Amino acid sequence: MTDIRATSGEIDAPDTALDIAANPPRRALGLHREMDRVWTNAEGWRGQITAVNHTTLGLRFMATALVFFAIGGILAMLIRTQLATPEGAFLDTEIYNQIFTMHGSIMMFLFAIPMLEGLAIYMLPKILGTRDLAFPRLTALGYWCYLFGGLILLFALLGGVAPREGWFMYTPLSGATYSPGINADVWLLGVTFVEISALAAAVEITVTILRQRAPGMKLTEMPLFAWYMLGTSVMMLVGFPPLILASVLLEIERAFGWPFFEVARGGDPLLWQHLFWLFGHPEVYIIFLPAAGALSTIIPVMCRTTILGYGAIVAAIVALVFLSFGLWVHHMFTVGIPHMALAFFSAASVLVAVPTAVQVFAWIGTMWKGRPEMHLPMYHVMGFFLTFVMGGLTGVMLAIVPFNWQAHDTAFVTAHLHYVLIGGFVFPMMAAAAYWMPQITGRARIKGLGEAAFWTILIGFHGTFFLMHLTGLLGMPRRIDVYPDNPEWIWLNLTSSIFGFVMTIGFALFALDLVLQAWLGPRSPRDPWRAPGLDWAMRMPPPSYNFASLPSPGRLDGGTNAAQELARGEGLLPGAPRGQREVLVTTVGSARPELVAILPGNTALPLGLAGAIGVFVLMMLSGLYWLTLPALALVAALIWVWARGMAHGRDTAPVEVAPGLSLPVHIHRYDTLGRTGAVCLLLADGTLFASLLFGVGFLSVVAPGWPPPELTGDPELGAGLIAGLVAGLGLAAVAVRLGLRAQGRGGAVLPAAAAGLLTNLAALICLGWLAATMLDDPTRHARDALRGVLAGYVGLHALIAAGMAGFALDQARRGEIADMRAGCLPAWRLWQDFAAVTALIAGAILIAQGAGE
Amino acid sequence: MKRFAPVPVPILLAGCDGPLSTLSPAGPVATEVAWLWWAMLAGAAAIAVLVGVLIAMGFGLPRETPARRWTHGWGLGFSLAVLSTLLTAGLWVGERILPRDDGAVEVRAHAFMWGWSFTQPGEGGAMVETAGTLYIPTGQPVDVIVTSEDVIHSFWVPQLAGKIDAIPGRENVMRLQADSPGTYGGLCAEFCGVGHAGMRFELVAYAAGELPEALQPNDLAVDHADDHAEEATDD
Ligand code: HEM
Ligand SMILES: [Cu+2]
Ligand SMILES: [Cu+2]
Repeated sequence: MTDIRATSGEIDAPDTALDIAANPPRRALGLHREMDRVWTNAEGWRGQITAVNHTTLGLRFMATALVFFAIGGILAMLIRTQLATPEGAFLDTEIYNQIFTMHGSIMMFLFAIPMLEGLAIYMLPKILGTRDLAFPRLTALGYWCYLFGGLILLFALLGGVAPREGWFMYTPLSGATYSPGINADVWLLGVTFVEISALAAAVEITVTILRQRAPGMKLTEMPLFAWYMLGTSVMMLVGFPPLILASVLLEIERAFGWPFFEVARGGDPLLWQHLFWLFGHPEVYIIFLPAAGALSTIIPVMCRTTILGYGAIVAAIVALVFLSFGLWVHHMFTVGIPHMALAFFSAASVLVAVPTAVQVFAWIGTMWKGRPEMHLPMYHVMGFFLTFVMGGLTGVMLAIVPFNWQAHDTAFVTAHLHYVLIGGFVFPMMAAAAYWMPQITGRARIKGLGEAAFWTILIGFHGTFFLMHLTGLLGMPRRIDVYPDNPEWIWLNLTSSIFGFVMTIGFALFALDLVLQAWLGPRSPRDPWRAPGLDWAMRMPPPSYNFASLPSPGRLDGGTNAAQELARGEGLLPGAPRGQREVLVTTVGSARPELVAILPGNTALPLGLAGAIGVFVLMMLSGLYWLTLPALALVAALIWVWARGMAHGRDTAPVEVAPGLSLPVHIHRYDTLGRTGAVCLLLADGTLFASLLFGVGFLSVVAPGWPPPELTGDPELGAGLIAGLVAGLGLAAVAVRLGLRAQGRGGAVLPAAAAGLLTNLAALICLGWLAATMLDDPTRHARDALRGVLAGYVGLHALIAAGMAGFALDQARRGEIADMRAGCLPAWRLWQDFAAVTALIAGAILIAQGAGE
Repeated sequence: MKRFAPVPVPILLAGCDGPLSTLSPAGPVATEVAWLWWAMLAGAAAIAVLVGVLIAMGFGLPRETPARRWTHGWGLGFSLAVLSTLLTAGLWVGERILPRDDGAVEVRAHAFMWGWSFTQPGEGGAMVETAGTLYIPTGQPVDVIVTSEDVIHSFWVPQLAGKIDAIPGRENVMRLQADSPGTYGGLCAEFCGVGHAGMRFELVAYAAGELPEALQPNDLAVDHADDHAEEATDD
């Protein structure tokens, strides 16, 4: 069978045991040299900007996140200093508002999310038994976007033009009327820039977990950390698009006057709140799940046993992923929601505590089952239990509507959210740091300092935040800078402020401990916790390639023996004899070896692309809207270059992975890592589109300023143009299929690609005509603005589809698409189908809006 | 119709007092919620202690316990039992504090950056507009219709009831009631820009038949809507 679309069905017969012979042992040192030459970063500063390696980038993500944590912490100290006395008189209100907004935004977007991404980027390939993430260049792109977006926010803070509307940026306060100046734009553009890294990380984490597990590591048996990260990354793919959409809409409203949230012209500020919290609530679980994954890894090791209730925990994760998208309204209980909806969302919010309880009790059960040993990670686990349980209990209280109406927007909520975030994220991350630092640095820690840091943080934290519940119940709202009329709050705030500084000292000690361990710590023995798991089955600190040969079935539980066998090349796909970065790709369910993927090497392209996006963002910020066009052109050109990097012009022979097992290289397969990644991206894109449809529906049903003025323009011509648009995109989808069929038969692909390009261009012409003649002035009414956005969404997708057709044409011309080599056709096909279907839906809405009058 | 039997909440801690304290309620709605809070606090404390004990008992020799006892027994069974009790209590209280058609007094609260203007019935039921102070009769349910001039604010008189947002383009209604005459503190609870911290107001509950001066006709002290901008800068 020569069809490249054959899955590895032949080798994937589910019942045959995976019996793979071992490779002959070699000298570990020689093998190391051979691997390192291929996998290591370039020397010196060039190495810093061209690195794509997950170990380097994971550490870099985490280190950068720690710097932002320190900055956010300094801002917190400024807040606490201001609130220590009723008159404040330390910061003026304008600056104070910038500071608490930046504290919240930095902690959520520049500390918590990048920190968990960094942990996953660093750990996952090691835990799953592979050499890198699926898309190393994307890892680097994510990092640079994170760094540049974060720097934009920081410079705005230094320049006194930071956002000042609170971390959830409610409209109309964040609209152009009430927030003139660039402060709000800094948030909208900067945070969206950073979110590129979240989406990039989510895509590759999902693909890596699904397709790069060591052979034989079944989905249903993989380490829990991977389950947690799978849940997290799927939530990120679905959770971030609503926020991205909201930010884009608000930025368009601010920059170009298209109304979406402005009541007078048919918008509704509640649309912002719905979109924001559709992201914002899942966000809390996005932050918690990786931390819980670390706990599920660490607790059994500290208790010298295995995790209790694996299946129940996986079920709890899945339940959390689904439930957490059904609760966002609990952040909006005071906006005047109908009574039945209140009851529903209250019940759903209470219910989400159940899967959390299942996990907590499973961890306690694990302690009973084993014999807990109080090493430093376990201290932080205890800190987690104490703090998070209390935060969870106040969370349940807040889900009860009558109480929520009293406590909402007070210091009680500030207390609650810090109990959950510091209890549910910071303590587990500190446990993770204590646990994995020997793995990362190869050094043991200096005794005593870590314990001192723990106690100082624990006492400081509860001293700061415990009383804050009472402060809130005594009526102190959040986000105020002075309280001259309320002497009864003074002692509470002063106490919180004093303990706030104690906590800061604790975090400083913690940071000192990390630095000292990395710098001066004595050598750590291998596998110091005697932990199972492949993350310990390697040298410490880990080599650039993780595993000289990849773990084979039956050797998945790590340990020192496995480490030596793998280092000697007895596992699969040993060494780098072809001088390229090779990893094994396996099937989703049972992890049978399917193909060998060749990963790209070091390159500065991600830096360049992030820089180009950065130029676009800066041009938007400075209001030089015309200059965004050359920036976008540069982005498009660099993406083309990026894609060219994936093109292969020659056939490659199958690779011998183990004696008697040869696997094809990815270019000869249809279902590559890239294709799985494209599916993930389209999941996010589809959510974005669904959020847009939600916006259209929400405004037309709920917004006060409807019905809108009548549409001008001839409805028949409009319908005709839309039909032409959809037909063009649909015909291009047929063209891809013809192309694929021709490629399968070894025929010429060029004509199909050319036809696809032409039909896409025809669709674009129809759309341009539609925009020029049929769409009303988008600044007139929200309905017209939304029509503009729908057309823009379709247009962007058609434009990219045309680009992909052009790319296919170019590949066909160069002879890169041939029998057994599909080139970019599979990706183009996915995209084209998606573009056609979304255009069909959007077109139907445009027509229906005209007919509805 | 008297639906509420206000039971005074004991001030368990002297520190719970204060003009904005939800824990020294002065009306039936706030009283119900304060009770709910004390009950939830007791329950939460008990659960926290219980979990603490379970964790403490985890230290020691390994013990064989069936996994299901933890995941299904404690995780599902225990938590569902607690949560459904709590939810029922919450819905019950929620049901009792909702506005309903029972001829309650209607007043209006209009928020703007950064102050409040109120409209309430005065002499003979004629609507009177005031700035910064809301007058309501004592011992009767009052429905406050909350609106906004510009950005989102939130109307809150902690001793009487919970808060409700003032959202441009919308009218939100919230019920409150004061049991005894007096002056109660009110504030804006939703962040609304640089004037947020100072966006306070007063609610005066007057005894039946003792209409305050501000609500009497031809009172020169009555403010008009257009004055509110100046009024706000005075604060
Ligand atoms: C280092 C210790 C910390 C201290 C002392 C601290 C203190 C504070 C204070 C006093 C506020 C309230 C500002 C106000 O309402 O007026 C606040 C808000 C907030 N904090 Fe923290 N915080 C700390 C750490 C964190 C962490 C680790 C996170 C998240 C991972 C976080 C997330 C937030 C958020 C989201 C807000 C809300 C901001 C807003 O209202 O827009 N904080 N913090
Ligand atoms: Cu939430
Ligand atoms: Cu306010």
